Amino acid sequence: MTEVSVAKEDAAATGDLVVLKNVNKHFGALHVLQDIDLTIARGEVVVVIGPSGSGKSTLCRTINRLETIDSGAIAIDGKPLPAEGKELARLRADVGMVFQSFNLFAHKTVLENVMLGQIKVRKADKKQAEEKARALLDRVGVGTQADKYPAQLSGGQQQRVAIARALAMDPKVMLFDEPTSALDPEMINEVLEVMQQLARDGMTMIVVTHEMGFARSAANRVVFMADGKIVEEAVPDQFFSNPRSDRAKDFLSKILHH
Amino acid sequence: MFDFLSDYNDPSLLGAFWMTVKLTAVSGLGSLIWGTLLAAMRVSPVPLMRGFGTAYVNIVRNIPLTVIIIFTSLGLADVFGVTLGASDFKVQGFRLAILGLVGYTAAFVCEAIRSGINTVPMGQAEAARAIGLTFSQTLRLIILPQAFRSVIGPLANVLIALTKNTTVAAAIGVAEAAYLMKAMIENEAQTLLIGAIFAFGFVVLTLPTGLFLGWLSKRLAVKR
Repeated sequence: MTEVSVAKEDAAATGDLVVLKNVNKHFGALHVLQDIDLTIARGEVVVVIGPSGSGKSTLCRTINRLETIDSGAIAIDGKPLPAEGKELARLRADVGMVFQSFNLFAHKTVLENVMLGQIKVRKADKKQAEEKARALLDRVGVGTQADKYPAQLSGGQQQRVAIARALAMDPKVMLFDEPTSALDPEMINEVLEVMQQLARDGMTMIVVTHEMGFARSAANRVVFMADGKIVEEAVPDQFFSNPRSDRAKDFLSKILHH
Repeated sequence: MFDFLSDYNDPSLLGAFWMTVKLTAVSGLGSLIWGTLLAAMRVSPVPLMRGFGTAYVNIVRNIPLTVIIIFTSLGLADVFGVTLGASDFKVQGFRLAILGLVGYTAAFVCEAIRSGINTVPMGQAEAARAIGLTFSQTLRLIILPQAFRSVIGPLANVLIALTKNTTVAAAIGVAEAAYLMKAMIENEAQTLLIGAIFAFGFVVLTLPTGLFLGWLSKRLAVKR
């Protein structure tokens, strides 16, 4: 693994929060990320879209190193991503992640799910952690479910708990890996509304999604990926009304004309 | 019919079974701890630990328990002078038997727990790492609690096997149930009755264990 580290002043000076430079990754013979350069500014909401298998989820997961990269560099808030161990754990605490399959801790109650990181990672005391957890659960609209186990909640409720769990760490940036793809249609909006609110509150967000409505209304920038490459980057209006690349035109024609 | 039982005082029938219970309880606890550590090694990111865990399990579980127990006494104690701080032969035999039973049973506990770890979806560990938990916190707080709950049934099997395996300790002079049985069979005529008494004694020990742990396993099952 050859990692070229990014010069620190590079990122800090410009207020860039997440910087990917020349990132490459292979899954066996498949070159899943090809020379990815992407910079996300503080407070920016970036939506990543593209056909399945284009590498957008993998891209999202490399940012907190749930996937390792083969070459290139990733820096968050001016610091290059540490390789393993405590340093990496500390960095991950600052990067919230929401998964397609929720991944709430199945043996813990909703409240415990939101308290765990605060107590074990942030070393908050139990009472403060509980207060904050309850406030966050209220904020995402599942305050009344605090004492239930994840399996007793609907998908939409579980995903909102997952968002609260990530927010409890006071992350600098939130990663959303297809947060609504496993949900029944009637539950998608309750999750998107929470995300809209977050975006309005100024959270830096990287969202991999198929929800074009969300991309239009909440994103500052749309990143279109295909076959492991970033094909096009534009503001939502421009991207949806006037895509430049043929690949994007083709993709949009397939999803928008129903 | 049962008159002959009162002729045996060192150990008595109850005393012998109490020794069986003590062997089972202490080695059960010991092998649960050592087996959990071995399982942690087998899933750890450190190749050396993984290698050690794998080698340990594959060597130890393939050696007959009788060989292990006899060599704790003839090998460890007599050749290398490992007496585990015991002054008399009885205590030494008890401690060596526990060492052998823990070492042997831990290999099976490890594999049961490892199969439990495999039932915990990948996403649980990813979510744990994503909020900043370290490897050992992830294992301790998220993976193992769920893994244990899913393998209470298999662990009950290991515990029942251990209860019966304690009879091997008789080979190094630990006065547990099988040791007394052997003495009785040598001295008494009622061979079948003696066999029945000891068989019954073990069923009394293991049957409730199995039923209780079966109930517990249902009660603690993690709903997904």
